[in-house]
Amino acid sequence: MLIRTNNLKKHFSLGKGQILHAVDGVSLEIAQNEILGLVGESGSGKSTFGKTLIGLHPRTGGQAYFDDIPLPANFSARDHLHYSQLMQMIFQDPYSSLNPRMTILDIIGEGLEIQGKLNKTDIKEQVSYWLRRVGLHSDHMSRYPHEFSGGQRQRIGIARSMIIAPKFVVCDEPISALDVSVQAQVVNLLEELKQTLGLTLLFIAHDLSMVRYVSDRMVVMYLGTLVESGPSDQVFYNPKHPYTQLLIESNPEPDPNIERQRKHKPITGEVTSPINIGPGCRFADRCPQAMEHCLTVTPNATQVAEQHSVSCHLYTD
Amino acid sequence: MTANILEVTNLSVEFETFGGTVQAVRGVSFAVEAGKTLAIVGESGCGKSVTVQSVMGIIPMPPGKITSGSAKVKGEEILGLTAIEANRYRGVEIGMIFQDPMTSLNPSMTIGNQIAETLVVHRGKSHSEALAMAIKLLDRTHIPEASKRARQYPFEFSGGMLQRAMIAQSLACNPSLLIADEPTTALDVTIQEQILELLTELQRTEGMSILLITHDLAVVARMADQVAVMYAGQIIERGSLDDIFYRSAHPYTLGLKSAMPSNTGRGDKRLQPIPGSPPDLFSPPQGCGYAARCPQAMQICKRKLPVLTEDPGDSGHLSRCWLQHKDAPDVEELYQPLKLKGTSSAH
Repeated sequence: MLIRTNNLKKHFSLGKGQILHAVDGVSLEIAQNEILGLVGESGSGKSTFGKTLIGLHPRTGGQAYFDDIPLPANFSARDHLHYSQLMQMIFQDPYSSLNPRMTILDIIGEGLEIQGKLNKTDIKEQVSYWLRRVGLHSDHMSRYPHEFSGGQRQRIGIARSMIIAPKFVVCDEPISALDVSVQAQVVNLLEELKQTLGLTLLFIAHDLSMVRYVSDRMVVMYLGTLVESGPSDQVFYNPKHPYTQLLIESNPEPDPNIERQRKHKPITGEVTSPINIGPGCRFADRCPQAMEHCLTVTPNATQVAEQHSVSCHLYTD
Repeated sequence: MTANILEVTNLSVEFETFGGTVQAVRGVSFAVEAGKTLAIVGESGCGKSVTVQSVMGIIPMPPGKITSGSAKVKGEEILGLTAIEANRYRGVEIGMIFQDPMTSLNPSMTIGNQIAETLVVHRGKSHSEALAMAIKLLDRTHIPEASKRARQYPFEFSGGMLQRAMIAQSLACNPSLLIADEPTTALDVTIQEQILELLTELQRTEGMSILLITHDLAVVARMADQVAVMYAGQIIERGSLDDIFYRSAHPYTLGLKSAMPSNTGRGDKRLQPIPGSPPDLFSPPQGCGYAARCPQAMQICKRKLPVLTEDPGDSGHLSRCWLQHKDAPDVEELYQPLKLKGTSSAH
């Protein structure tokens, strides 16, 4: 396993003794050359998990391993320098994640410059190669971010993280801000890079159909915890956890005949606050199948099929 | 034949900017039938929001300018009215909800007062009467503890609850048409489902028409009766929901569909991205706006703008594409799946 987390936690202190449990005990594994999809609604902690994993947030508890080497809970500047060569991130918003005052050459080449292994000419050559590789022109490097469209900027962001030749990349909602026709360009590019470079990806998104399409396995997050994990098609077509079931039932299909047949019974209520959470299943207050002990006992992950596990009392004896 | 609540004909809108004139909307025509939902689909910058904002009279003028066209609500022209005249239909005959409920509501006014304001302005109610009605409206959009919620401010509401509050406000005067501009884009899929279900329910009980603006084909499939697909400021295909999804006539509509993952076939077809990006509307191409990205583009597509052509075998299904022209037979075999059964000109 290239990436492994064990009971990873990230809490934010809000003052006055209030604690926000953004990520609250997530254990997962990502194999070499695998795309793991991470789905969840806003506030489920999926972005925080990705950032904590690669050291952008200090960890509150639990362990994380890269290639079986334990990652520090609190990255020092030296750790960042070391691990940023192995783990990179692609951000959601291609507008705010590129410095508007830097040229494309400086943006994409910055990582190599910090590494200090290459001289300016070599860096330029690398930037030029990566611009072409992501479908842009090498003469784009003297331009500034505002001269590019959203899809092009996202490809600049991809080039910036790929030029380091990382082993593992966290893609935090890389296509949410893009138009449909452009989303496919970016997704296919990521897929191609995975194939040719042997990359391992954590693909964070809220678009269920896209996550199913892109990833080999997917995990579903709710209020800081994993509720279900398994092979993508299995989780999508045969969801076990009541939350996953409702999530997939709410996901509309671009097909009128299917929509006409669908029974619409929206999930009631909204995600509860992740502040000062007590014991019990976090979905219990919205769950149509909640039982008494769901409110008091936290469910553990139970295996329901090969590689497919669910954290729900319906599946424990 | 059902009556049309809203009829827009040949609407064109321009914006004067420092960089030149943007031709945001270029000759758009559509109609919304009573009690039905028309969805306008398109990607960012295609002019779908400008179209409905022009109809509502809420584009800033200048820099905006409606250069041609008409929009009729129940037969009455509403373009070019003064602000006071416009208030007779705006918020009364037509309600509108927006994409971002957080920035569309006044953060310094309670939710109840904002809804009540509509009733005070348009219906001449007293404040206390209006407030009581506001609470009923919140209740109708299924906001729990409506009387308590009415005293709260927008920051105390979640995104989904704010969208409900905005729907409550738009319903205040019993509009015959609700314009919903990307109503669920900012929401999570479970909350999206709640809001879409609420809109469907309200349409059933109130009998109102909905003009839905969205970029999401899945939401269209869920909600629409009629669909208009926009690209580069023009409607490039228009028809019933099934026309657009199962008998797509325009290469752009087909392109959009194959760029999205489908969960129904189970077989994983590789997504087909549409190469390139939409044209610059500062100087729109003289031919078809999609020609530069279209895999089926012919010589004429780059030179001359195609007209909206109706399929005689499928009334009401129009597409703006040279492949539908009667003189485009040479490519018929090659483009069989695109070619409609026969062609004649309309509009």
